[in-house]
Amino acid sequence: MEYEVIIGLEVHAELSTKTKIYCGCTTEFGGDPNTHCCPVCTGMPGALPVLNEKVVEYAVKAGLATDCKITKNSKQDRKNYFYPDTPRAYQISQFDLPLCVGGGFDITLKDGSTKHIGITRIHIEDDAGKLNHDSYTGGTLVDLNRAGVPLIEIVSEPDMRSAEEAVAYVEKLKGILEYIGVSDCKMQEGSLRADVNLSLRPVGQEKFGTRTETKNLNSFRAIEHSINYEIQRQKEVLEAGGEIFQETRRWDELEGKGFVMRSKEDADDYRYFPEPDLMPIKLTDEYIANIKENLPELPEVRKQRYIQELNLPEYDAGIITTSKALSDFFEDASKECGNPKAVSNWIMTDIIRIARENDIDYKDLPFTAKRFASLIKLIDSGTISNSIGKKVFEEMISENKEPDEIVKEKGLMQISDESAIKEVVDRIVAANPQSIADYKAGKDRALGFLVGQCMKELKGKGNPQIINKLVLEHLQ
Amino acid sequence: MDITRKDVEHIATLSMLNLNEEEIEGYTKDLQNIVSFAEQIQEVNTENVAESAFALDAYNVFRKDEVKESFNRDLLMQNAPSSNGVQYQLPPVIVD
Repeated sequence: MEYEVIIGLEVHAELSTKTKIYCGCTTEFGGDPNTHCCPVCTGMPGALPVLNEKVVEYAVKAGLATDCKITKNSKQDRKNYFYPDTPRAYQISQFDLPLCVGGGFDITLKDGSTKHIGITRIHIEDDAGKLNHDSYTGGTLVDLNRAGVPLIEIVSEPDMRSAEEAVAYVEKLKGILEYIGVSDCKMQEGSLRADVNLSLRPVGQEKFGTRTETKNLNSFRAIEHSINYEIQRQKEVLEAGGEIFQETRRWDELEGKGFVMRSKEDADDYRYFPEPDLMPIKLTDEYIANIKENLPELPEVRKQRYIQELNLPEYDAGIITTSKALSDFFEDASKECGNPKAVSNWIMTDIIRIARENDIDYKDLPFTAKRFASLIKLIDSGTISNSIGKKVFEEMISENKEPDEIVKEKGLMQISDESAIKEVVDRIVAANPQSIADYKAGKDRALGFLVGQCMKELKGKGNPQIINKLVLEHLQ
Repeated sequence: MDITRKDVEHIATLSMLNLNEEEIEGYTKDLQNIVSFAEQIQEVNTENVAESAFALDAYNVFRKDEVKESFNRDLLMQNAPSSNGVQYQLPPVIVD
């Protein structure tokens, strides 16, 4: 049977405020265990939370940037559950009056098509602490430095139909949050993580199938792999006549496998009630309008600017602007070398490849925009050829050196001296009479062979246009 | 609304409480009394009263985003039933 895949995502993003959501402890990542803690975030009886005003501002920013409506009369609620990473035995979240509701944005897919993904709601809540395995006693250790770090949870509509769409959605969302500066979105540090709700239904059926939830995916790879695994797993169960259970699952990226954590019916009873320790949040039209006016340039606007002013292809402009770090890199390098088209071409091929291969974020590229721009300048000025440029690019990374330094040290300067090249061309052509005959017999490949031989003789440093011209002169 | 012993057992499970027979019976009675007392409020006519989430007419109690010094860890650990001096210690639980 043919199945349709239904995917909805819950994305948690840690907000980049200086302090926690309800106390003045720092939100800095890492730190000695339990040193960013106080009676409020460790859940001491009687300690009272006070809401950080920046948390409201950042959540409203995120809502406006994703086309949500802002709730003017909002409140926080207690979500009761017992787990050792949550010292109060409840999380403070939002139940029926989240700060933002009903937004969404378009994602761009590999085939160039676009699709609208809806956002159901964005609400604020506090993060939990971290449980660590104690290899000494075999027990569990609790570090509460992260407990109380502010989060927004962004809940999508079940609008996605494949791993590709889910990844494109998270990439775009991450880009938006980075642009507006409300989260650093470092997935490897857990400051952006996704829960995937997934179900299958026979094509043509309207009613959704039973869904599972895979929690805490913290890389694009993990999102993609876990979705494909879960689609396959559910398909096999259904095809064997089995039943899908509503359950929470965990994904192990190293093993490439998903596991059941708990079945939902035991746990899904959070007994929400309005948080009595915190007052409601009332937002005025002026407050919301002021935040809206001060939003920075969003990816969609940048994309249009690249297409119209810099003549980039729509697909390239879409990819580059998805990440703020990559887009900033593009702008800085283009300004420095004056050749945005070349920078964009390198990004679309080698720079994206480097980031994927090493699984690094674009803000952690192993070279600066300035260094990269000087490579482009060497190529544009004719000092090195494009193919030597690719080699210098690799060495610029592996040896962490300036491109012109590498070119000088290794003597990679392009040979554009026509008489020097002519000497080599004459010799190669004289040694390959068969190729000349082949070319005259209509075999165009012979030209490529001769040019290649000359380039080899010149150790890749010959100016390709000049070699080409001189070889052709011989042939005609 | 009637509170049954099943409700009490369910809430006890969610709260990780181990109750004996006598306690279950006691809590069933106590909870029933609390719920019945609260039910009196349902009788008040609220037709022309705006919905509100909070009893007091207070809102927007905020704090500036300014870092304050955190607590001394040694003091925090004194409140832990078990610690290694740096982190809270627990029996093994699933770590993800």
